Amino acid sequence: MKKIYDVIVIGGGPAGLAAAVAVRQQPDTDVLILERDSELGGILNQCIHNGFGLHTFREELTGPEYAARFIRQAQELKIPCKLRTMVLDLSRTPEGLLLVTAMNREDGLVQLPARAVILAMGCRERPRGALNLPGFRPAGIYTAGTAQRLVNMEGLLPGKEVVILGSGDIGLIMARRMTLEGARVKAVAELMPYSGGLQRNIVQCLEDFDIPLKLSHTVVDIQGKDRVTAVTLAQVGPERKPIPGTEETIPCDTLLLSCGLIPENELSSRLGVDLSPVTGGPQVNESLETSVPGVFACGNVLHVHDLVDYVSEEAARAGAQAAAYAREQGNASLPSAAVPAVPLIPAGGVRYTVPQLVRPARMEDTLPVRFRAGRVFENCLLSVWADDVCILRQPKRKLAPGEMQQFNLKKSALPADLKAITVKVEEA
Amino acid sequence: METKNLICICCPLGCSLSVTLKNGEVTAVSGNSCPRGADYGRREATHPTRTVTSTVRVTGGTLPVVSVKTSADIPKAKIGSVIEAIRRLSVPAPVHIGDVLLKNAAGTQADIVATKNIEVSEHA
Amino acid sequence: MYDVAIIGAGVTGCAIARELSRWALDILVLEREEDVCCGTSKANSAIIHAGYDAKPGSRKARFNVEGNAMMDTLARELDFPFVRNGSLVLCFDEAQLPKLQALAERGRQNGVPGLRIVTGPEMKALEPALSDQVKALLYCPTGGIVCPFLMTVALAENAFVNGAGFRFHTTVTGLSPCTEQTGWQLVTKEGERFEARCVVNAAGVYADAIHNLVCPDRLSITPRRGEYQLLDKKAGNLVSHTLFQLPGKMGKGVLVTPTVHGNLLVGPTAENLSDKEAVNTTAEGLSEVMEKGSLSVPSLPYNMTITSFAGLRASEAGGDFVIGEANGAPGFFDCAGIESPGLSSAPAIGRYLAEQIAARLGAAPRENFQPCRKGIPCVAQASPEQLRALLSEDASYGTVVCRCETVTEGEIRNAIRRPLGARSLDGVKRRVRAGMGRCQAGFCSPRVMELLEQELGLDPLSVSKHGKGSELLAGRTREENP
Repeated sequence: MKKIYDVIVIGGGPAGLAAAVAVRQQPDTDVLILERDSELGGILNQCIHNGFGLHTFREELTGPEYAARFIRQAQELKIPCKLRTMVLDLSRTPEGLLLVTAMNREDGLVQLPARAVILAMGCRERPRGALNLPGFRPAGIYTAGTAQRLVNMEGLLPGKEVVILGSGDIGLIMARRMTLEGARVKAVAELMPYSGGLQRNIVQCLEDFDIPLKLSHTVVDIQGKDRVTAVTLAQVGPERKPIPGTEETIPCDTLLLSCGLIPENELSSRLGVDLSPVTGGPQVNESLETSVPGVFACGNVLHVHDLVDYVSEEAARAGAQAAAYAREQGNASLPSAAVPAVPLIPAGGVRYTVPQLVRPARMEDTLPVRFRAGRVFENCLLSVWADDVCILRQPKRKLAPGEMQQFNLKKSALPADLKAITVKVEEA
Repeated sequence: METKNLICICCPLGCSLSVTLKNGEVTAVSGNSCPRGADYGRREATHPTRTVTSTVRVTGGTLPVVSVKTSADIPKAKIGSVIEAIRRLSVPAPVHIGDVLLKNAAGTQADIVATKNIEVSEHA
Repeated sequence: MYDVAIIGAGVTGCAIARELSRWALDILVLEREEDVCCGTSKANSAIIHAGYDAKPGSRKARFNVEGNAMMDTLARELDFPFVRNGSLVLCFDEAQLPKLQALAERGRQNGVPGLRIVTGPEMKALEPALSDQVKALLYCPTGGIVCPFLMTVALAENAFVNGAGFRFHTTVTGLSPCTEQTGWQLVTKEGERFEARCVVNAAGVYADAIHNLVCPDRLSITPRRGEYQLLDKKAGNLVSHTLFQLPGKMGKGVLVTPTVHGNLLVGPTAENLSDKEAVNTTAEGLSEVMEKGSLSVPSLPYNMTITSFAGLRASEAGGDFVIGEANGAPGFFDCAGIESPGLSSAPAIGRYLAEQIAARLGAAPRENFQPCRKGIPCVAQASPEQLRALLSEDASYGTVVCRCETVTEGEIRNAIRRPLGARSLDGVKRRVRAGMGRCQAGFCSPRVMELLEQELGLDPLSVSKHGKGSELLAGRTREENP
C-alpha cells in the first residue's frame, strides 16, 4: 500500500514552511514539503537585508535569519522534505485523492498521493520581454532578483555601471547592494508617478547614496550588441507613453529590471484551479482553499505580498485549514458537501480582495481580508457592505497600490441570507 | 538656524518632516503626524544611523559568501568604513547564524555577525 | 588545402556541409560567431513554406517546393522538431479575391500540392480564433513549422560527425585565387589563412561582400529587418495553422503561427536598413506587429508576450536566390540572397550545391556516411516510461534546472558535451530551451552558467551570453585571495 500523505506542500519558502509547520502542529497529521531548490527558505535566502519579522517575532531580522527560524521549527517537528525536487504535475486519482508527480535525482519520477495539497510556489519576476522594451538583446540585462542571487549568494557581480528600471523594493534594495559592492548605480527609473517601494527603502537605498529616482520614466532603447553599452530613458506622459524629445542616454553595462512579480500558477492551472485575472493567483475562500477541493494556496503564489510576516500568517491559516480538510477526508462522517459561499466584491478603488469568496458557515469569528487599492487615496474611508448594509467603515489616512491593506470581517456582522460582500474606498 | 527636510520612514504615510536645528541641537520638528515621526526626525537630523548588511567571503563552504549584518545600528557616516572592513574579512566554513566574524567593526562598537548557516562543502 | 571551405554556419551553410559530407571531401566551415545558427537562421518565422509565394520558374520557387518535400525525411533522420500544421493565407477584402486565386494558381504552377480556397463557415472550422473580417483563405496543407535552431544544429552536428570541420570566431575578410595551384586562399580577420579548392559563400547578409571580393558582377544585399513577438505557451493553442495575410492595403502583413514548441509567434515587420548588425527591436516595429497580428486573430493576448526579437533577411537586389558557381570565379559557389523562403529551401539548396561541387571535384561517395543523428532527449516531452528509462541511465535528467520549460541538468550537460556543443548561455538555450520560457532565464541562468563553468572548465567571469564580448559577469564581490 502506497503511503498517502495528509498534506503535501509544494514549495519550501516562507509560505511553504509556515504552512507545513501549521499542518504538523495539528494532531496526527503528516506533511511533506517538496522544494525545487537545494535548500529551504526560498527567496529569503538571497534577501540579506534586514526588516523582516517585526510582526512575527517582534524583532528585525534579515531574510536568511527569518527563514532559519521557520526551518528550525520544521526540523524540530521532524517535517520531511525533499529538496531539488520539481513538481511536474498535479492531478486527481479516481479515488478522489490528489496526486503530485515530482522528480528528483535520487527518487527519479515519483507519484505521491495526498488528501490535501498546499500551493506555495511563490512568484517570478516580470522579464524584459514581458515589458516590451525595445533595443538590442545583449548580456547585462538582469531581473533584480537574479542579480540579487548572484551578488548575495554566489559572490558574483553582474555589472559595474547600472541603470535600474522599476522602483519596487527589490529594485531599491539592489541599488544599495550594487553600490556597496562598488558598482555605480546611475539612475532608478519608474514608469509610474510614484514609487512602488517602501519609503524607508527610498531613503536608505537611494537618498543615502545620492542615486537619482526618475519617476514617470521608462527605458525606450537598449544599446550594445554583445554587452549593454547604454540605456536610453524617456519621460512618459499621463498615458505612460514616452514623450518624444525627453530621451536621455545613459552609458552603462547593466540594466536591472524590478517591474513586478507574477504568481507562478502554471501547475495550478494544469489541475484546473480558477485564477484571478487581477492577482494572477488562485481564487480562494475563507479557508484559503482554491476552486479545486483540497487544494489550498498561500504566500506569493496566491497574491504578491509586501511583507513576509503576512505570508507566514496567511500560510499558517492555510496549513491549519488543509490539515482540517485532510482529517475530514479521512473521517467520512463529516461530508464536505457544498457549503453556500458569497463573493467578496472589490468596488470603488479596491483592486482585489483575498479571499474572493466567503462561506459564512465555515468562518471563524473574525476573518482577515487583505486587499490593495487601485491608486493612491488620501483621507478616505474604507467601507464594507453586507449586501446593502454597511458593516464596517474605517478612516484611512493613505491607501497606495504598493501597500497591502487588511480589515477583519466579523462573522457576527453577516446576516443569514447574505448574497454578497462589497469592499469600497470612499473619498471624502 | 538650520532646517533639514526629511521624509519620515516610520510608516507608509511618508510625512514630510521639517527639522529645525540651532547649533546642532534640534529645536523643533514639524510635519509629523505622530510622536514616532518627531523622534525619527530628531535622530535622523542629528545622528542618523543604519544597520549594514552585506556578505563575507567563506572558504570551503557550500556557498562562497555568507550574509552578515552589524549587530547594532552604526552611524550613517561609517557605512563606508564598515563595508571596507567586511570586504577584507574571510572566514572558513562552517559559519552559523549569530557567529561574530569581526568585533567592533571600524570602531563603531558594532560587531559583524553571520546571518546564515554555511556548512562545509563536500567538494571543497 | 581543404576541398571545400564554406563561409557561414547558418542553416544553408550547415545544410551544404551536411550534404557535402556524403562525399569523401575535406570540408571546413568558417563562422564568425561562436556557434552555428547565429545570424538570420536564429531570428525568423520558423516556417517551412508550402511554396506558392515565389514566381514560377524562380530559384526561390524551385528550392522551396523541393526543400519542403525533403523535410519529413530530414527531420526523421536528424531528429529535429518539424510539424506540417498547414498554412492559411487570409484575404480580408472581397476586391482582393482575384489576388488570392492568382496566388493559388501560382502555387499550382510551382507544384505545391493540395491548395484550396476556402470560404464561409469552413474557415472558422479550420481556425476558430480567426477574425470575422476574413472573407476567404487559401489553405496550404503542406505548410509547416520547424525549430530553426535545432534544424541548423542537427545539420551541423551530422556534418561534423561525417568529417566536416568547423571553426568559430573566424571571420573571412579576404579571398583570392591561389597562386601556385587551382583553388582559393581565405584570409580571416583573426589573422589565419586557409586554402580550399572550392569555396561556398553562405555568409548571409554579408554574402555580397564575400562575392564582390572575387566576382566582377556585383551583388548587393540589403538587410531587411523583421521584428517579432513571442507569446507564452499558454497562448500557443490559440491557432493551429500558420496564418499569413494576403498582401493588401496595409502592406505585406504579418503572420501568426504556433511554434513547434507550443508558443505563439507574431511578426515580422519588413524594414530595409543599411546597418547589417541592426538586430534591435523598436517601439514602432513592435506596435506594428501587434496591430497587424490582431487583424488575423483579434483575441491575440499580447499581455502574454515573453520576448521580442528582430532578425535581418538577406535581400538581394535581383529579388531571387543567387545560387551556383559564380561567373569568372571557378570553384567559387554563391549561396546568397537567402531571404524567405530560405529556411524551407535550405535542404534543397544544400543538396543541389553539394552535387555541383562534388561533380566539379570528382568526389567519390563517403564510405560509412552516417545519415542519422539523435537529438538531445527532451524531458518535457518524454512519456513517464521514456523518462524512467532516461533516469536509470543518467540521474542528472532528474534535476530540473529551467523550471519554465522543464529542462534538466542532464539535457544541459548533453548540450554542452555533444559534438559542436554549446559554449554559451544562448547556445544552451537554442539546443535545450533552458531560459526560453516565461521567466526568460531569470531563475535558471545562474545554474546554467555554473554548468557551463563545470563542463568547459571556465572561470565564472568568462561565461558569456553569446561568445566573446558578451560575458555575463563583471567580477567577484570578494576576491579569491584577499
